[in-house]
Parts: sequence; structure tokens; C-alpha cells
Amino acid sequence: MSGTYPATWRRPPQIITDRRLRIGLQIGVLVYLVLAVGSLEVNWQRVSEGLERGQRFIMGFLQPDFTSRWRDISQGLVESLTMTLTSTVVGVLISVPIGIGAARNLVPRPVYLVCRSIVAVSRSLQEVIVAIFLVAMFGFGPFAGFLTLTFATIGFIAKLLADDIEEIDEAQAEAIRSTGATWLQLLNYAIQPQVMPRLIGLSLYRLDINFRESAVIGIVGAGGIGATLNTSIDRYEYDSAGAILLIIIAIVMVAEYGSSYLRKFLQ
Amino acid sequence: MLELISLSKTYRTGDAALSDVSLQVPKGQIVGLIGPSGAGKSTLIRCINRLVEPSTGKIELGGVDLVTLGRRDLRKQRRRIGMIFQEYALVERLTVMENVLSGRLGYVPFWRSYLRRFDASDIQRAYQLLDRVGLLDHADKRADALSGGQRQRVGIARALAQDPDLLLVDEPTASLDPKTSRQIMRLLTEICTERDLPAIVNIHDVPLARQFMQRIVGLRAGQIVFDDAPTALTEDALTRIYGAEDWDAMRKGDIDQAEAENDAIRQLAEVGA
Amino acid sequence: MTDTASLPADWSYRSRATRLAIWTGWLALVALFVWCWQVMTETTIWAFVGDAPRQAADIGGRMVPPEWGYLPELMLPLWDTLNIATLGTLGGVVMAVPVALLAARNTTPSVTILRPIALFIIVASRSINSLIWALLLVTIIGPGLLAGIIAIALRSIGFIGKLFYEAIEETDPKQIEAIQATGAGPAEVLTYGVVPQVMPALWGISVFRWDINIRESTILGLVGAGGIGLKLNASMAVLAWDQVTVILLLILGTVIVSEWISALIRRAII
Repeated sequence: MSGTYPATWRRPPQIITDRRLRIGLQIGVLVYLVLAVGSLEVNWQRVSEGLERGQRFIMGFLQPDFTSRWRDISQGLVESLTMTLTSTVVGVLISVPIGIGAARNLVPRPVYLVCRSIVAVSRSLQEVIVAIFLVAMFGFGPFAGFLTLTFATIGFIAKLLADDIEEIDEAQAEAIRSTGATWLQLLNYAIQPQVMPRLIGLSLYRLDINFRESAVIGIVGAGGIGATLNTSIDRYEYDSAGAILLIIIAIVMVAEYGSSYLRKFLQ
Repeated sequence: MLELISLSKTYRTGDAALSDVSLQVPKGQIVGLIGPSGAGKSTLIRCINRLVEPSTGKIELGGVDLVTLGRRDLRKQRRRIGMIFQEYALVERLTVMENVLSGRLGYVPFWRSYLRRFDASDIQRAYQLLDRVGLLDHADKRADALSGGQRQRVGIARALAQDPDLLLVDEPTASLDPKTSRQIMRLLTEICTERDLPAIVNIHDVPLARQFMQRIVGLRAGQIVFDDAPTALTEDALTRIYGAEDWDAMRKGDIDQAEAENDAIRQLAEVGA
Repeated sequence: MTDTASLPADWSYRSRATRLAIWTGWLALVALFVWCWQVMTETTIWAFVGDAPRQAADIGGRMVPPEWGYLPELMLPLWDTLNIATLGTLGGVVMAVPVALLAARNTTPSVTILRPIALFIIVASRSINSLIWALLLVTIIGPGLLAGIIAIALRSIGFIGKLFYEAIEETDPKQIEAIQATGAGPAEVLTYGVVPQVMPALWGISVFRWDINIRESTILGLVGAGGIGLKLNASMAVLAWDQVTVILLLILGTVIVSEWISALIRRAII
């Protein structure tokens, strides 16, 4: 009886059903990989020499040296932390009006377009590149870093805030509007209660990102722990570098747990 | 034959889901398990293939005690026990054929199953089972493209692909409409009769149980309070299982409801006229 | 109706104590901000800050008109940048999948030992930006594309690993239970019960990360890890701001195109 049924079965292709397209794509991917790997030009001798240094770095990570460069590390940390806090506060303060302006359901079209383009510019420029320019303009040090992070915060918070406002429950806004409330009263009674918890959450999240970024922009001269890290790596002091990286990881972990705790507490 | 000997299960929270349950299911018998929610029906079924670990007691299937088995032996015994789930529990993103073939997973080595290279006999059997449940044309469809009744039939085919000695069926019709429910129950009972396969069926729908089961076991608060033929399931027995519900009042409530609806329709018709 | 005179005339949403607490909170934040500001600007040379607008105008003036003749020279570095991002993402996915399987509560073989290790790998990788990884790798294995690729891969582990293990934890346990009930072994439960459920998520996450990696790989050259960033660094070193404009516009274009491709692929998957 079972002889009447087919004895083979192959899983039919799920995503790309056209056979030629599928084979074409597979060949394309293969060709790309060959070309990409082919253009690598690895100096294996240099790499094998580096293995010893890599080992030293891993040792440095496992036995970090916090003490011998502690003055530099602590100064870098203080710069990073202060820069993180000030840039987040200023960034959030600026991004609230811009975020409101970038919400389609609240403002006239010209204001919307202006605010959205500010957001787009801030988001498309990478922090490190912004930092390079600001360092060139304002000189080395944490002030340029502060400006960079503030600039990046504006794009981040304003966009998410605006998207959030656009998604609010229209019925609540409608109800407040129908009482004859002014635009500011509308903001205060209908919008603020709906988006405030999220704004606080976003600000805490951005605080965390800003700290991580502060470690990066130091490499191009914008102060903070990144500058200290850069120096220690340049000097091949892997034990100090390991110490700095561990501190960064620890602070990020604390910030993550802290902010999730704080968010729960505030809601 | 399946035999449960003073089976008990106490969850870590301290809830005693089953206490001292003993039951024998001979070959070819279809047993309906009824009882209020929380009576331990689902726990009972899951204890048999040890998706839930029983606390004490014995479960013997064809002379093998399932409770004391190690992991590897347990997997071997699980192959003999087909299970059919309440919400089908098909792997939604796999094809119907893969879902049926997954019933063979306990029999084939990993690399063959990974590459989907099943034996010819397995594939023929899978097709045969799909034909039996009326889904031969749907073999290459993805499981999430099927209707509820069709999915449950794939679930049945998957369980049968294991070539089981026992079927565990957990609320097979809970997510189906009344007509499809009857079709599924009929299919299940037919298949069990064809293969002389014993089955334990959790079922919350008492009329359905009466219609299709050969024997009914009533569970209440983890204990068997009724075990007899469906004809013996009187209102007294139902009260013993489900508690002192006022069945007459409920029925009267239904009549009230129907009358109210009729009344409303009549009034609407008058307004319209 | 009750006479209004008998009802309280003030009303406040919060009790006195909570209001006080909220005000103290805000006050503390302001104080903290002022203190941070003072510490941060201690070393700032305000003369430079005052000079900034003039500097900005100067740089801005030199940036236009862009030196378009520089564009053909940028094509090879751009190709390198794309390779860094793509191969780096691939490497990241390959390493992130096992880490995610160890980190997800429902697939990890050991909750007490392996899961915390996997979670630490994820946090460590996430906390350290790819530019820092690149900085380290350049000093270890020398400048070049390989350092960039490994840097991107190492940073991607955390991102992909975190999102992927969350996706694994959100799988439907019923489908997995059903596969277990057939007598399948752990490896088979993984390939039949878990993998089909999480594959779309893995594709989505990988493409998403690839898009971010394109963005990040454009600047890795600043520390010597290859790609278009090398050109950016070189042009800035010689203050050729008109070339910088071309590079930045090219980066912007690439980022927009990659964002578009990634959105397209993600829509096709879902």
C-alpha cells in the first residue's frame, strides 16, 4: 500500500521561490566573498608577531593595573562622567522643544519640516566626525566632547520623542481640545502625561549611550576617558588599558541596571 | 497496556495537582478525561510522557516503568507515546511535511534530520498519513498557512508518524468550532480503532465526551471521582465531578437568555414595521 | 447636589510629601549639573571657545567647493569599507549565535556557570565601541583591514547576541514541548523546535547590525584600521578641507543607501 506514495521529499524553498534567481544569488554571494576575502592583503608575519602582544593584552585584561596611571585614569573618568551628565541634561532640554516641533500632529507644517531636518542632520552625522570638527573649532578638551554629545543627544531624543507624540492616543487630545484649552494647556494636559514616562526612560538610556560615546570621542581629542585609553594603548601599556576597559564595562553595567531600576521606580 | 499506580504530583508551589491516581487503560480503549479546570487533567497527561515530572507513583507502559527512566531511555520511550496538543503546537514556520516527519526525530540520527534526509520508508509513511487525514495536497505548505482543523489533523499525523503504542490527547478541540470538533473527534476514534491504539483524551466538552468516548474518567482536585461508561454519566455523577452546580438553574438561565433574545428580535421587528 | 462651600477649596494631585520629594529631586539634579559643569570646564580655554565662530567660518569656507576630482581615488577605500562591515558582521553573527544560545534561559546548558559568562561577553562587547576595539587591534596585529573586520565582529557579538538571545527566550514553548514529546534529542529539539522560530529574527538582527556596521566602519580608518576613514584622516592631516567634504558626502550617501537596503531586506523577511 505504501508503495503508491512518493519515497522522496525535498523541502521547497521558502523565501526565494524562483530557481534561477536563487542560484544567481548564491553565486553572487560566493563571488562577493571570494573577492572580498581576496582583497584583504593580510601581512601574516605582522599578525603572528602581534599574537604575543595580543597575549599581553589579554594578560593585562586579566591582571589590570589600576594604580600606576591612576591619576590619568581618574581625571579621564571625571571628565567623561561630567561631560556625560551635562551633555545629557542640555541635550534633553534642547530636544524637548525640537521634538514637540517635529510632531506632525501638533505644529504647522513649516515648523515640522524645520525641526525634522534638524533631527535628520544630527542623526546622520556620526559622533566621531562631529567631534573632529568641534575639536578643530573649540580646541582640545572636554568642552568639545560636551558639545558633540549634546548635538548627538538632540537627534536621538527629539526623534524618539516626536515619534512618540505622533503615536499618542488622539482621543485624549481630542477631549482636552474640546474643553477649549489653549495649545500650551493641550501640551500640559494631553501630551505630557502620555509621553513623560517615556521621555524619562529615553533620557536615562541616552545617559548610558553618552557615557559609552564619551570613551570614543576622546580618541580624536575631545577629552574624557577615551583620551586616557588612547594614550595607554599608544604606549603599549596593556595593563592600564585593561583597567580602563574594565572600568568602562563596570560603569556601563551599573548604568544599565541602575537605569532599569530607576525607570521601574519612577513609573 | 498503560497502567498508572498511585501517581501523585505536587508542584514546587505546594499545589497538589494529582494525588494517588491509579488507572488502567487496556489496548484499543479510548478514555475521556473530564473535570473542571485545575482538576489536574493536563498534569496527568503530561506526567505520562514526563513533560511534567511526577512526584511519586509508577507509570507502566507495556511493562516498562516510565518514572525511573534516565534521559536517553526516556527519549526512547517517548517515541512510543504520541501526543496531540490543544493549540496544535505545530512548528509554525516549518512545512506540513516537516511537521509530520518530526514525529520520526526519535528514530533518525541528528545529521539526517538536520539535512532533512529521512528514509524513503519514513517519507512514504508520512505521505500515507497525510492522505489518511486528508491533507495530501498540503504537504509543501507552511503549517501557519492552514486552518485550525487542518492543523490539528497535521498534529494527529505527526503523532501517528511516531508509530505509537499510546496516544495522549490534550484538549484536541478547545480551539475549534463545533462542527470541526466533531470531525476531529471522529477521525481520532476511527484511527484508534483501526490501529487498536489506546488513547487518553482530555476533554472539557461533556456532550462530545459522551458521544465519542468508550469510557469516561472524572477528575476533581487531583483525584479520580468517576470511572465508568459514558451512559453512567448521570447528573449526579456530573455534580460529583464538577461540584454542586445547579444544572437546572443553568439550563433555566439559558432559556431565559434565549427568551430575552427572541423578545428583543420581536421588538426590533415591530419597530421596523 | 452638595453645597460647594462644604467641599475643600484646594486640590492637588500629589500629597505634600511627594511634591517635596520631587522638588528636592529636581533641585539635586540642578546642583549636580552646575557642579559637573564647573568641573568639566575647569581646563577649558575660553579664548578658543570665543574664537570658534571664526574658526568655523574659516573651515566652512575651505570646505567649498568640494574637490570632486578626488572621488575616483575613494572608490577602492569605499570597497574596503564595505568589506569591513560585511565580513565583520558575518564574523559577528558566527560568534554571537553560540553566545546567545548559552545566554538564553531556555537553551542554556547551565544557568549557574555558562549563562553568566555568556552575559558578561555580551556586556563587554556592547560596552566597548568598535573604534576602541580597532585601536587595540591595530596595535596588536598591525594596521589594515583585518583589524577593522575583527573590531566590527567583536562589537557585533554583543549587539546580535543580546537581541538574539531575547528572541530565543520569546519562542513559543508549546512548539518546543511538542518536539520533545516525539522523543527527539536536545540537538533535534534545537533544529526543529527553536531554529525555525528564531531564523527570521536572526536575519533581521544581522541585517540591522550590518547597516550600523557600515556606518561605524567608515571611521575605523582614523585609527588605522583601513577603509575610507584612512583617506579622511589623511586629508585632515594636510588640512585639505575640500577633499574632506567629498569624503563626508560619500559616507553620507553610503549610509543612506545601506539604510535603504537594510530596510528593504527586513521588509522582505517579515
